[in-house]
Amino acid sequence: MSVARPLPHDAAPLHVTGAARYVDDIPTPKGTLCLAFGTSEIARGQIRSMELDAVRAAPGVVLVLTEEDLERPADVSPSLHDEPLLTSSAVNYVGQAIFLVAATSHLAARKAVRRAKIEYAAEEPILTIDSALAANSRFEDGPRIYEKGNAEEAIAGAERVVSGVFEIGGQEHFYLEGQAALALPQEGGDMLVHSSSQHPTEIQHKVADALGRPMNAVRVEVRRMGGGFGGKESQGNALAVACALVADKTGRAAKMRYDRDDDMIITGKRHDFRIEYKAGVDGDGRIRGLSFLQLCRCGWSQDLSLPVADRAMLHGDNAYHLEHVRIESHRLKTNTQSATAFRGFGGPQGMVGVERVLDHIAHELGLEPLAVRRRNYYADATEDEAPAQTTPYHMVVEDFVLNEMTDRLAETADYAARRAAIAEWNAANPILKRGIALTPVKFGISFTLTHLNQAGALVHVYQDGSIHMNHGGTEMGQGLFQKVAQVAADRFGVGIDRVKITATDTAKVPNTSATAASSGSDLNGMAVKAACDTIRDRLAQFVAEQHQADVGSVRFADGLVHVGGAEIPFNDVVNDAYMNRISLSATGFYKTPKIVWDRIRGTGRPFFYFAYGAAVTEVVIDTLTGENRILRADILHDCGASLNPAIDIGQIEGGYVQGAGWLTTEELVWDDAGRLRTHAPSTYKIPACSDRPDVFKVALWDGANREDTIYRSKAVGEPPLMLGISALMALSDACAATGPNYPDLYAPATAEAVLAAVHRARGT
Amino acid sequence: MPEITFVLNGTPVRLDVENPTVTLLDWLREDRGLTATKEGCNEGDCGACTVMVTDEDGAKALNACILFLPQLHGKAVRTVEGISAPDGALHPVQEAMVTHHGSQCGFCTPGFVASMAVGHANGRTDHDDVMAGNLCRCTGYAPIVRAAEAVEGAAVPDWVQDTPPSVEAVGDEACFVPETADALASWYEDNPDGTLIAGATDVGLWVTKALRDLEPVAFLHRCRDLQGIEERGDTLHVGAAVTMAAFHDAIRDLLPSYAELVRRYGSEQVRQAATIGGNNANGSPIGDNPPALIALGATLHLRKGERRREMPIEDFFLDYGKQDRAPGEFVEAISLPAESPALRCYKLSKRFDQDISAVCGCFNVSVNDGIVESARIAFGGMAGIPKRATSTEDALIGKAWAEDNVSAAMEAMRDDFAPLSDMRASAAYRMETAQNMLLRYFHDLAGHPVDVLKVAS
Repeated sequence: MSVARPLPHDAAPLHVTGAARYVDDIPTPKGTLCLAFGTSEIARGQIRSMELDAVRAAPGVVLVLTEEDLERPADVSPSLHDEPLLTSSAVNYVGQAIFLVAATSHLAARKAVRRAKIEYAAEEPILTIDSALAANSRFEDGPRIYEKGNAEEAIAGAERVVSGVFEIGGQEHFYLEGQAALALPQEGGDMLVHSSSQHPTEIQHKVADALGRPMNAVRVEVRRMGGGFGGKESQGNALAVACALVADKTGRAAKMRYDRDDDMIITGKRHDFRIEYKAGVDGDGRIRGLSFLQLCRCGWSQDLSLPVADRAMLHGDNAYHLEHVRIESHRLKTNTQSATAFRGFGGPQGMVGVERVLDHIAHELGLEPLAVRRRNYYADATEDEAPAQTTPYHMVVEDFVLNEMTDRLAETADYAARRAAIAEWNAANPILKRGIALTPVKFGISFTLTHLNQAGALVHVYQDGSIHMNHGGTEMGQGLFQKVAQVAADRFGVGIDRVKITATDTAKVPNTSATAASSGSDLNGMAVKAACDTIRDRLAQFVAEQHQADVGSVRFADGLVHVGGAEIPFNDVVNDAYMNRISLSATGFYKTPKIVWDRIRGTGRPFFYFAYGAAVTEVVIDTLTGENRILRADILHDCGASLNPAIDIGQIEGGYVQGAGWLTTEELVWDDAGRLRTHAPSTYKIPACSDRPDVFKVALWDGANREDTIYRSKAVGEPPLMLGISALMALSDACAATGPNYPDLYAPATAEAVLAAVHRARGT
Repeated sequence: MPEITFVLNGTPVRLDVENPTVTLLDWLREDRGLTATKEGCNEGDCGACTVMVTDEDGAKALNACILFLPQLHGKAVRTVEGISAPDGALHPVQEAMVTHHGSQCGFCTPGFVASMAVGHANGRTDHDDVMAGNLCRCTGYAPIVRAAEAVEGAAVPDWVQDTPPSVEAVGDEACFVPETADALASWYEDNPDGTLIAGATDVGLWVTKALRDLEPVAFLHRCRDLQGIEERGDTLHVGAAVTMAAFHDAIRDLLPSYAELVRRYGSEQVRQAATIGGNNANGSPIGDNPPALIALGATLHLRKGERRREMPIEDFFLDYGKQDRAPGEFVEAISLPAESPALRCYKLSKRFDQDISAVCGCFNVSVNDGIVESARIAFGGMAGIPKRATSTEDALIGKAWAEDNVSAAMEAMRDDFAPLSDMRASAAYRMETAQNMLLRYFHDLAGHPVDVLKVAS
């Protein structure tokens, strides 16, 4: 049985020896060109003139392209067709691509770019939420509103009203491997593209479109990415299209990778938000009515901002049952990088918004925060009673388990005793203060764009019994390939070493969805299972006939096929089947059942199920400088029946640290001219080794998925990121220990933000 | 151009240096096809390009992205391809990284493996420090640390034990690799527009990010006479080319608070390359050594040709980007008190490890019979240069060492500084925390808990 075993990542031996190949490691043909973009230095305006002769004359330069040099418009947007590969007219942010240099080396291309002289007619850029609101600069005609009950009335009639404004910063993906693509021209105008992309089909589509060829002329291969986190869902389009255009024009292979600073300046990040909230509450902290205004800074192009902002709305309830709720969402267009997908896809922002409300309510009423949270939880699902509670978007919550999970975690983490000990410690320490918080996660699983919830697979069994597995999902480190290989091995009852994992390839499995929305294992695991079962059923039929046995009694286990009392090695059965002209190749297909969603009205069942988790974080702050750190984190997370507990725990540990980083040290700073000032690891600080909690305990919840998912497992890619919210709330708790007022701590809670919150708590 | 000699994965390499600022990383990947070593940031901040470099002092982890080929002259380099055995057997840290699930996307992994292999070879168990210069975005580090802990004490495989080659002096006017400070002094006097390259942790970025050509250049790593640390009575005399790692070892027991500052200076890879001379000579207002050295009353020793002079280190920093250094003159050494019990150094940054200070405050106040006798207080990040807080000092001297006098001195600090706002901190925050550091110092000397890093979980 290969499923549920804590096997190492399939590529781990390649990773540790450096043999794992990424796009920039692929040996290239002689004469391969290296590309770099020349980009806009201003945030908004019109290009007046471009002086590129010096660029053309630079050492090693072979080709310089501007928008005018393209035979047909090349667009790299994943949604609205609003992102020209190159612009010769309007510029919309600092970093927008204006021209493209192809040179004999990466360094030569980078050096040449700097010789350009571009003159602009500058216009006043729209950089902030306030200026975008003032200019009514937005995507869609007006705000989206999801509503249940009558929030306004409920708030007005409540005992107490708690309201506030919460600023939430964005986040740079900081995948360790920057964006990269390589295009290899083929005969007859065909193109082979290697791309560091979560979405090979999109790369194929955009490249074909830019070349003016059908999709069948373009093949895209992705073996692995050096991290994605959503940042390679759409942001790789420009590089792949640029490479393909140059390769097509020159007949030479073309490669492009962004230098880290370019990568951070050019590509989109997590959306920053301002959330205004107003809650009507009872004296015991129970929420009677709640309204949110979510203001979301989308950047210059639409990209994936609409579904991101939708998902923020869809997580405005998190674990809390709200009878009367109104969520209004504005998608603001600004002259900054086009914000894009990032692990959680808006969900984290929506969720931290409501967690902030709960934190504020508890403080306002002087109640224990966990008690207030628990009071507002949805009810746990039970076997005998049909659940009736619905989300703000009118979906029945059928699988809630957080009451039981929270009780378990509070007990194993010794939450109550530690909270008391912290209060005592704080009383004795005037300068340093500790804080603790337990926060829940309920995250909806499925793409909210319903048609994306499909997947395909292609499985071959060769005559020697070895298995070749392929599906539409991409590997970015999350262990998807290994989990799915475990499924394939299990279906055939063979060892995992029999299964060859192969690169994602648009020529093997077509029309794939991005590996996103935590859906990788759910979708591709099911598709591979279907393909394997097709072949297995053929084999079963074949051996059953040979042995005059009932086909239903044939079993595949331990490398053997059990039929009518006989045990035949899998290899022999396969070889026999081949000799008897049985097809040993099959495709598999899966589409997620039960989901239906109207994103305009905000009603339906956008999610097949929810994944749950909870975390307790303890922190310490310095009230003189705001310096702070995480002391301990205890996590209980729900992966259903885990396909691979080691890989799942890896996602949880990594997700927590990434989420805590988002809310603490990771600060994006733009200047008044719209230039990103934090465009390298020297200035943008993701967590380092010592920033992980000193004590870091992760446990898996031992329940199976109620829904019929692959081996009853649950998606795990995104949900754990939101466990990091507990770090922010623990910091808020520590700040609150310094004075009587609500500290109103913003995110990211840098040392500077914490010190400001200490002042607010003290009223100084 | 010179021909340099080094050992790569056990095999001697002789190389004509055509361009002295080609990085080891580019050469490995583009010329040698050794693609295990990765480019993550090209500025020495992520560690994806970490390699093992062995010289006379042993194995070090260095960032290949800001390591120029001539810096390897006389050294042995081992990339991840050579950290596994020639027959493909895994190094214990590689094995542990697999079994402890230490890799996810795998892109940072070769760099981690290199750092871990060096740490393992040197018997290090302070894993957070060993790996502070390696960023991982996937794992949250926990499984990597588990892997490092699992191989503590395991035998060091013989195949990673390198011997640096013995080499001859090489170099010409455009690319000079002197063996002595005398030779350097003479070359620099003749080439005053040249660039001196010690660790290249700063100069490297002039090439990889500013895309500058630097010739003529001189590489300082062969000048052993610039790498000595001597205790002369109660003074430490430190050669300018002493690495921050070696300096850290030297002051660990003598100046523990300064040592703690240096522990957080850069990362293991940066400290193994960066030199104390370079960190002062570049005149950066946010270098972490100058405030500590000013607070200690250190002396800077300069040399031009055969002429030498010395000055209190604070006098070296004239204005932003401007130091009291003549063309062709270089920092030869720094001398500082070997002990200073009242010295405290506070580094404030967004992240604790491997981050440039928003404010670095160093305090050295002597109190006799409850009265402040003398005070040396200096800051980085508060002005265009590393600078003493003279008004603050004046407000303290002669007064009782008491909280209300400290508060008054904190107010006086407004006369010392008018800091700027940037991506690291706002001006107001810099001012407030600089002031508060004095209060922290007061409590620190009194033995009150003031350090979040010392709070046990």
